[in-house]
Amino acid sequence: MLKIDSLHAEVDGVEVLQGIDLEIDAGEVHAIMGPNGSGKSTLAHILAGREGYEVTHGSISFRGRDLLDMSPDERANNGVFLAFQYPVEIPGVTGMTFLKEAYNARRAHAGEGEVDAMQFLKLVRARARELGMNDDILKRAVNVGFSGGEKKRNEVLQMAVLEPALAVLDETDSGLDIDALKVVSDSVNRLRTPERAMLVITHYQRLLNHISPDRVHVLANGKIRRSGGRELALELEANGYAAYTERAA
Amino acid sequence: MSATAETVEQVAAQAAERYKYGFVSDVETELAPKGLSEDIIRFISLRKEEPEWMLEWRLKAYRHWLTMSEPTWAKVGYPSIDYQDLHYYAAPRTRERPNSLEEVDPELLRTYEKLGIPLREQELLAGVVAVDAVFDSVSVATTYKAKLAEMGVVFCPISEAIRDYPELVRKHLGSVVPQGDNYFSALNSAVFTDGSFVYVPKGLRCPMELSTYFRINAENTGQFERTLIIADEGSYVSYLEGCTAPQRDENQLHAAVVELVALDDAEIKYSTVQNWYPGDENGKGGIYNFVTKRGACRGRNSRISWTQVETGSAITWKYPSCLLIGDNSVGAFYSVAITNNAQQADTGTKMIHLGRNTRSTIISKGISAGRADNTYRGLVKIMPGAQGARNFTQCDSLLIGNRCGAHTVPYIESRNPSAWVEHEATTSKISEDQMFYCMQRGLSAEDAVGLIVNGFCKEVMKELPMEFAVEAQKLIGISLEGSVG
Repeated sequence: MLKIDSLHAEVDGVEVLQGIDLEIDAGEVHAIMGPNGSGKSTLAHILAGREGYEVTHGSISFRGRDLLDMSPDERANNGVFLAFQYPVEIPGVTGMTFLKEAYNARRAHAGEGEVDAMQFLKLVRARARELGMNDDILKRAVNVGFSGGEKKRNEVLQMAVLEPALAVLDETDSGLDIDALKVVSDSVNRLRTPERAMLVITHYQRLLNHISPDRVHVLANGKIRRSGGRELALELEANGYAAYTERAA
Repeated sequence: MSATAETVEQVAAQAAERYKYGFVSDVETELAPKGLSEDIIRFISLRKEEPEWMLEWRLKAYRHWLTMSEPTWAKVGYPSIDYQDLHYYAAPRTRERPNSLEEVDPELLRTYEKLGIPLREQELLAGVVAVDAVFDSVSVATTYKAKLAEMGVVFCPISEAIRDYPELVRKHLGSVVPQGDNYFSALNSAVFTDGSFVYVPKGLRCPMELSTYFRINAENTGQFERTLIIADEGSYVSYLEGCTAPQRDENQLHAAVVELVALDDAEIKYSTVQNWYPGDENGKGGIYNFVTKRGACRGRNSRISWTQVETGSAITWKYPSCLLIGDNSVGAFYSVAITNNAQQADTGTKMIHLGRNTRSTIISKGISAGRADNTYRGLVKIMPGAQGARNFTQCDSLLIGNRCGAHTVPYIESRNPSAWVEHEATTSKISEDQMFYCMQRGLSAEDAVGLIVNGFCKEVMKELPMEFAVEAQKLIGISLEGSVG
């Protein structure tokens, strides 16, 4: 589904990704772990099409298409979803309105008609129920005054409604206490399907106690230094990232 | 990124044709000769079959206007207007004012249908809205007139009211905005051609939204409409006006006067969705919208609220105001003003507190994009007798891009120590983070801006009558097309 080939990228002339190779198939969950400043979030942003990064070399193919040639909204409408590390506030716009616009944009892209407010409400309630959530947060303005846990729950609820082919979770565990972490990761687990690929980006192993990945990659200084099974995460937890950062330095 | 460049091109292509009301109707028009003189005023008065007192009133205003000079204090710039190069009267050529819609020129009906303003009553929103349609200088149709008349509500063109209700008109016309109030109100008083008149009798809650739809069609024509609304004791009325004009390269002048009178316990809700042609991306053409709107809360516990969504016009110069005369009277001003490309807006309100325990609320949302300039100018004045007066003002400005401007100019004058006046102001930009977040969820750049701006304006939008809120929301999106890239 996703194939990243020798990806190099710069921010303000500094090379932050130095040749990433990564392939994720449908139904797989991959985790990218790494220390601060290793390029984890850069990778997530480049996948979603954020401006401010210059890809100097390499390619990303998504479902056979050149992802880098698509605008952020095109990527989203083709099934790329980014759960943000820092979800953004949109004052005055309720979560319901926001999500309905997004949902209808996707339908329009697929050549389907828009759903009206009532149909959409039913759909959202059904999705929320499946995740054991209620839809109360969608009645409030998007992320305005939300706690850390509410923000991340909101991201996961959006993901459930938009049903992406590829979900990138950028440090979804940051800012969460143990209970919130459990709620969010349980929801993510419910969204694992044979058709969906997930890329979980995290600093800490603890998220992977809840979301069990098929593959773990260690990213340090802009390059994947090692890949392995879930046992690699535990090894990192025990020994830290020092070995990888020193090797690169 | 190439995809972004492509989006920008698409947006630019859309922007060029985004003003969908820019068509011209092919209607045979009777025009007064160009220029302004006492003879022209006599011509207008004659065409309108006005009584002698009305002509005298106009001439007095004209003579006063001649002694005045155009105001220059607003933060707007435009080449000087040649008042002798305008037509002051333009009317679709029909025999008589039509008595029923069957007699209205079908081309006119088509024009209003194209604008989305159905004049055939059966097509109107199940009887919740009555419409008066003003085309250039005359009112062409008023719907539901008979039904409203049964309840005692007068809703008719002001030219008709001058003939049929001279006592009411004489008593109130110019009582809120005197002829010599300002340059444009004096000009309007001399040459106004049509507009709406509303009288709501004692104790009646008018069950329909009353609405006037203004359309400028003829070339080189000024539109000078005059609206007078009187809410008698204990009555309520909600009134909405909408405006459009054809896309023309030269500027057109629109100088309206609106007067509202609320007696004891009466309430008037006045909403405007203004979408005059704003000119092209380079600032060519567009309407000069120089308008004086003022309401007098004459009675105890009376209320007047102005809600406006201003997206059109090349220049907007407009300060809907409230004179809070009656004790416990309440004034409100809710405004969204959007300027894009080369548009300029200098708009705000005046709240003059005279009575005891009078209260006013001002919520202003200014949005600038392109090279546009947007100024909020507001006066809150507490007179010595206004014991316990309260005002709350909130002015928020939103900038899109880095070539536009937003300015807030509040004037606060308090002459009573018991008064309480609050002013809050913010200026913000649509952040890249917000745009990226919306686009990551699948919204196009334009839809993202529309959504964010609508959220920013929410407090004002919720004051609009339901029937028009959806339309206004769309309008906000349309008027900001081409503002991102």
